[in-house]
Amino acid sequence: MNQPEASAQAPAPRTGDVVMRASGLVKRYGNVVAIRESDFEIRAGEVLAVVGDNGAGKSSLIKALSGALVPDAGTIELDGRPVRFHGPRDARAAGIETVYQTLAVAPQMDIATNLFLGRPLRRPGLLGSGLRMLDHKKMRSQAAEQLDRLGIATIQDITQLVGTLSGGQRQAVAVARAAMFGTRLIIMDEPTAALGVRESRQVLDLIARIRDRGMPVILVSHDMPQVFEIADRIHVHRLGRRAAVVTPKSCTMTEVVGLMTGALQMTADGTLLESTTQHMPEEKPASPHASESAE
Amino acid sequence: MSHLRSSARASVRVPVVAAAGVALLVAGCTSTKSGGSDDGSDSGGKVAIGLVTKTNSNPYFVKLRESAQDEASKKGAKLIALAGKFDGDNQGQVDAINNLVAQNVKGILITPSNSTGVLGAIKAARDKGIVVIALDTATDPASAVDATFATDNEAAGVKQGQYVKGALKGKKPAIAVLDGTPGSTVDDLRHKGFLKGFGLTNGSPEIKGTAVTNGDQTKAQTAMENLYQRDHGINAVYTINEPAAAGAAQALSGKSGVVIGSIDGSCTGVRNVQSGKFAATVMQFPKKMAQQGVDAVVDYAKDKKKPSGFTDTGSQLITDKPLSGLESKDTAWGLKNCWG
Amino acid sequence: MTTTQTSPVAPEGDTTRPPAKTAVARALGNTAAGPLAALVIAVIVFSATTDTFFNIDNASLIVEQFLVIGTLALGQTLIILTAGIDLANAAIMVLGTLVIAKLSQDALPAGVALIVGILLCTAIGAVSGTLVTRLRLPPFIVTLGVLSVLTATGQLFANGESFSVPSGVLTFLGERSYLFGRIEVTYGMGVAIILIVGLWFLLTQTSWGRNVYAVGDDEEAARLTGINTRRTLLSVYVLAGFVYAIAAWQALGRIPNADPNAFQTGNLDSITAVVIGGTSLFGGRGGVPGTVLGALVVTVLTNGLTQAGIDSLYQQVATGILVIVAVAVDRVVRRRAA
Repeated sequence: MNQPEASAQAPAPRTGDVVMRASGLVKRYGNVVAIRESDFEIRAGEVLAVVGDNGAGKSSLIKALSGALVPDAGTIELDGRPVRFHGPRDARAAGIETVYQTLAVAPQMDIATNLFLGRPLRRPGLLGSGLRMLDHKKMRSQAAEQLDRLGIATIQDITQLVGTLSGGQRQAVAVARAAMFGTRLIIMDEPTAALGVRESRQVLDLIARIRDRGMPVILVSHDMPQVFEIADRIHVHRLGRRAAVVTPKSCTMTEVVGLMTGALQMTADGTLLESTTQHMPEEKPASPHASESAE
Repeated sequence: MSHLRSSARASVRVPVVAAAGVALLVAGCTSTKSGGSDDGSDSGGKVAIGLVTKTNSNPYFVKLRESAQDEASKKGAKLIALAGKFDGDNQGQVDAINNLVAQNVKGILITPSNSTGVLGAIKAARDKGIVVIALDTATDPASAVDATFATDNEAAGVKQGQYVKGALKGKKPAIAVLDGTPGSTVDDLRHKGFLKGFGLTNGSPEIKGTAVTNGDQTKAQTAMENLYQRDHGINAVYTINEPAAAGAAQALSGKSGVVIGSIDGSCTGVRNVQSGKFAATVMQFPKKMAQQGVDAVVDYAKDKKKPSGFTDTGSQLITDKPLSGLESKDTAWGLKNCWG
Repeated sequence: MTTTQTSPVAPEGDTTRPPAKTAVARALGNTAAGPLAALVIAVIVFSATTDTFFNIDNASLIVEQFLVIGTLALGQTLIILTAGIDLANAAIMVLGTLVIAKLSQDALPAGVALIVGILLCTAIGAVSGTLVTRLRLPPFIVTLGVLSVLTATGQLFANGESFSVPSGVLTFLGERSYLFGRIEVTYGMGVAIILIVGLWFLLTQTSWGRNVYAVGDDEEAARLTGINTRRTLLSVYVLAGFVYAIAAWQALGRIPNADPNAFQTGNLDSITAVVIGGTSLFGGRGGVPGTVLGALVVTVLTNGLTQAGIDSLYQQVATGILVIVAVAVDRVVRRRAA
């Protein structure tokens, strides 16, 4: 079911070169198949929304891309080169940053510390690289700079504990951290799910700013209006694989929801058909160029 | 006379194990079988005697068990020794008693934990014609068992009090009291006996301070340091047991002229008397308890004569600086007779 | 929907942000304020109510009495910071004292016996740490098991005896000298200071320390940010084991006699000190300064209340109340920062 040639044949995307591409990913948990030969592709400078019903396997896909789980089969390419992630560490080393739904922040540590969690700045060692002290001062100043750069003005004190921040502020900290270290790609898992209207707005603005600085963003979201507002393309995930890739301009929300639930199907030439049955385990995965024709 | 525990050293293990060891409280016994086959007296013609101690890690109970074993071999009896897992393991003792009853023993020697459960199991055993003898620790009421062979702890305390008083040689006493664990009857009896032997009461001005040590050398050390800091004039120390005395001695090292008395009769304690760390200790005799207990059961098997009442197995003042008017043995004798 | 609440980038960099806290405040951390206040109050009360408390000799005495429990509590702090708990620390230490004393009695040079003891305690820490990290067992259960095994091992090893140690290396930490001809100090105090400063440095000034706090604060977050949480946890247990070995050395300095029945409340005392010191039982908050103060509070309470002639049982009541207050404060603080 793998169709790498389909991707290869796709015309050059307007938004930029392919940054990351996955083909034929499979992940099983015992008898449960979470990812079923799924393909994936994101290009430079775009916000790619990943939508799908609960249980469609979105988060498994995202975890595979961020190194949090190791797929049983399939390939992942970064800038055209195959990569293999054995853990989040590997993905991070490759320049892929993830903002987890849980945010992965330490509530009892301050903002600066959280920004540098797991990779603190250290002063030159007294004994080579043996005993290197933390550079608290530099971390604080760089953290402050980063928040300013991203226009996060709701946070005043860089030494505030993250646990004392509002949900939106915490999200901003997690996003700022990802933006600080992400050199190739930023993945955001439901960044606004826990937020109110106003805070969601701020996070969306932040995502737009990151995209405008040239960084591709994968946005996993349930919020359809939000997706339609910010995404450049929409990857629809269903039954463990990519069902379609569409653009907000070419499709309506109702159509996207139809693709998510299986009420609609996308054919190889990009047209949408009403399906008669809900479950079609043998359905062909949509080919990547479907999105192009859809545009 | 509630839960008389003769060895304060043993009694202090309860709180910590109980506090930290929730999962350890799985009831049961550590079985240390000494002797031949599992079945009762009838099979081999040997008299079977059960022994239930509180633990089998405390050297005091180890000595008790070994002595009982030796005596049983000598008399041609078979000893089945069981023990609770820790001091206060009531369920373990109940299980042990039931076990022994099932094995048709003629008599049970027990250092009883004091609980209605244990007393109930003892009663059930006695109802089946088994003679039950309390060793080291009396039951409450004492009539719950046929007989008791134990140290008279109050008398032992009196000996410590008399000696410490005499050793001051007329100096005005200024006493620090290092108690064991509050509520322990053994500890209370020793404390009471000490005051009696000294001719004092709890409120006497001669007592400059009291502290709870749980019989732990480190706690006793700290307590003694603090009491001495409070009153540099302290010249006499009562201790609940020998580890407490060792802690007191360490706290007072370099301060001459303080008389430290103790109770127990462990070999370490006697050596500390010998080296002059403390002035005297009062020895108790687990060996005697075990021997007399085994003999009583063997006699019962022979002629159906049940033992009865409280038998003091005695206590002995041990010191190398004897005082006139007080019967004492030196440490050489003490090292020959110490229990572990 | 296009109006934004986020204002544009501040033109002057971070000048709008308030100045960072002073170094001292940060070093102590907010958590040390409570035990510091408790200590000051206790000192004032005992100084006012007794004639014997407030003098330099008693100050020396308090520090001496602090050494063993304080050292145990330092190791305990490391583990509690990772949201664990060590029920076996006193048992590890006691086994250490027994092994050191017995080996030195059996004609091994004292220094070698000491090194063997230190290695043994460290190795036990490594075993606990391995069980916690590899088998993913809760620290409570692991250390409960270790406690049980070691208590029995200690009894079997000692076979009812206690071992006195000869003067020399093993009692070195208890040797006294006088500063300015007046202030009584022991070498143990010097070792304690080195240990306190060293652990404080590791926890606050190195990335290892950061990782320890992060693992205790939110282990999953720590893992997701690339921290090797297993290695961090294992290293914490190993280091704690080493610290307990130092406590064993301190204990032999205090009383040159290794007794399997000693320090029966040592474990609970160390947890008490850590909790009063403001380190959160839920992990990730607190540290060395708080624990030092907490252990001092416990020591001062026992010292002062004994001198005030107050029954030992009331001393336990006072300590118990302090523990509950400390935990309650922790709860409130945590809720605010959650």
